[in-house]
Amino acid sequence: MKPQQTQTAEYGRKKSFRSLLEIWLLQHLQAIIFSLGQLCRNPIASFLTASVIGISLALPTGFFIILENTRHITAGWEGSVEITAFLKMDVDDNAARKLASKLASQSDIAKVDLVTREQALEEYRQLSGFTNALEALDENPLPSLLLIKPAHGEFSEKSAEELLNKLQAVPEIENAQYDQQWVKRLNAIIGIVQRIVLMLAVFLGMAVLIIIGNTIRMLIYHRRSEIEVAKLFGATDGFIQRPFLYSGFWYGIFGGIIAWALITLSLLLLQEPADSLAQLYTSNFKLIGLTIKDAFLLILSGVLLGLIGSWISVQRHLRAIEPV
Amino acid sequence: MIRFANVHMQYPGGIDALRNINIHIEQGAMAFVTGRSGAGKSTLLRLIALIERHTRGQIIVNGQNLERVRRNRVALFRRNIGFMFQDHRLLNDRTVFDNVALPLVIAGHDHQEVKKRVQAALDKVGLLSKQKSIPVTLSGGEQQRVGIARAVVHRPALLLADEPTGNLDPALSWEIMCLFEQFNQVGVTILIASHDLEMIKRMRKRIITLREGRTLTHISDHHDKK
Repeated sequence: MKPQQTQTAEYGRKKSFRSLLEIWLLQHLQAIIFSLGQLCRNPIASFLTASVIGISLALPTGFFIILENTRHITAGWEGSVEITAFLKMDVDDNAARKLASKLASQSDIAKVDLVTREQALEEYRQLSGFTNALEALDENPLPSLLLIKPAHGEFSEKSAEELLNKLQAVPEIENAQYDQQWVKRLNAIIGIVQRIVLMLAVFLGMAVLIIIGNTIRMLIYHRRSEIEVAKLFGATDGFIQRPFLYSGFWYGIFGGIIAWALITLSLLLLQEPADSLAQLYTSNFKLIGLTIKDAFLLILSGVLLGLIGSWISVQRHLRAIEPV
Repeated sequence: MIRFANVHMQYPGGIDALRNINIHIEQGAMAFVTGRSGAGKSTLLRLIALIERHTRGQIIVNGQNLERVRRNRVALFRRNIGFMFQDHRLLNDRTVFDNVALPLVIAGHDHQEVKKRVQAALDKVGLLSKQKSIPVTLSGGEQQRVGIARAVVHRPALLLADEPTGNLDPALSWEIMCLFEQFNQVGVTILIASHDLEMIKRMRKRIITLREGRTLTHISDHHDKK
């Protein structure tokens, strides 16, 4: 028990970089294990806190998944988005056929169907019942038309618009159109829902920050005397705040895992009704769940929120505690 | 080891806790600070430990001018000091061993070193068999001895004790004082604040008496008579 007169030097300058690194790692490890132990010592309270975080993370994630699935469905409808190009009256069938095969070879077009003037007339005759009226005309009033399916994999208004403009510029084409209104409305709705999900995610993220911040604040005040004693015995701010930051880390990671479990469970419960609904529509629609990457991002966002929340709390409350 | 030169300490609100204090305590010495409650005993110790900052004058501890110790260096400065309190301030959510280990854990010693030193310190105060107990289950004297073990486990050059026997009966107090003396004999500089004049006179060490923030008498002191 002999005192060392040069202890300041021992603790400060003379320590090699390696031993400082070792101490740093050791103290981090101690803080990680200590904070986990603190959580485990109070399993019910810790679980409740983590659950609140989990639910807050699960809600926006759930909406995100609903949105993804909606997008997937509308992507399935993409085939029904067709552009109808009316050819000029002076374009004969041969020229129309040539144009059709030329367009079909373009990379942004999946398929081109030609409806010649005669076919169009025939169709009209059958469907409209104006047979007599049509016979009174000496010339077929209908133009040839091309039914064009865009090739782009995912539906986007922009690419459709581009294609439409390109087709308008083709000299043989009188007019090209598609049901813009319908697609625009759908996109507008998806845009709004997307914005709502984003806002919800931001609000609930803030809620997670507040929950974790408050939990850490309580932890700090709970361990006030310990912090005072530790400061008296030369604990640095880093040393004291470490276990609290790791507590936030643990809450975040457990909250993230709970969120993932809730989502997975909900999807399992939805799988069957979704399948039977898809069957009724004879669609091959499959419910999209969380990929491994999504799950990782979910848990990572929990961890980040946990660390940020506890950091804010530590900055606000730990400095105020000084030994008396 | 400790040198006070014209030190003033004024608390916010204009209360003068210490006025014009001049003290020199040599390395390896053992000294008592006495006086009535509110005479400034605790304040004196708190200034040395940088819990409080003095308002005027100069304090040098272990070769360091305390004015030059910036806030972010206070922690390192304190690692060279051991503390003891009247209310012992042991943490009741952990064992005696973990309580004593705290200064070593803070300094980042590895597990083996911590175990060795904690057990040596507990052995020294005669409580090795209680290392797994929770402090609250120990008697007052035992708790105070755990406090001593914690105060010396990191081998500080300076030991500060604020009324370490305040809650103990005379026999136990004497026991504690003898422990302090043993640590002093191996070279630890010790400064003890106590109002138990009866007992500290028996120790035959230097006594610094404070009254209303001023030093009164320096028994067996010949260093700061300037």
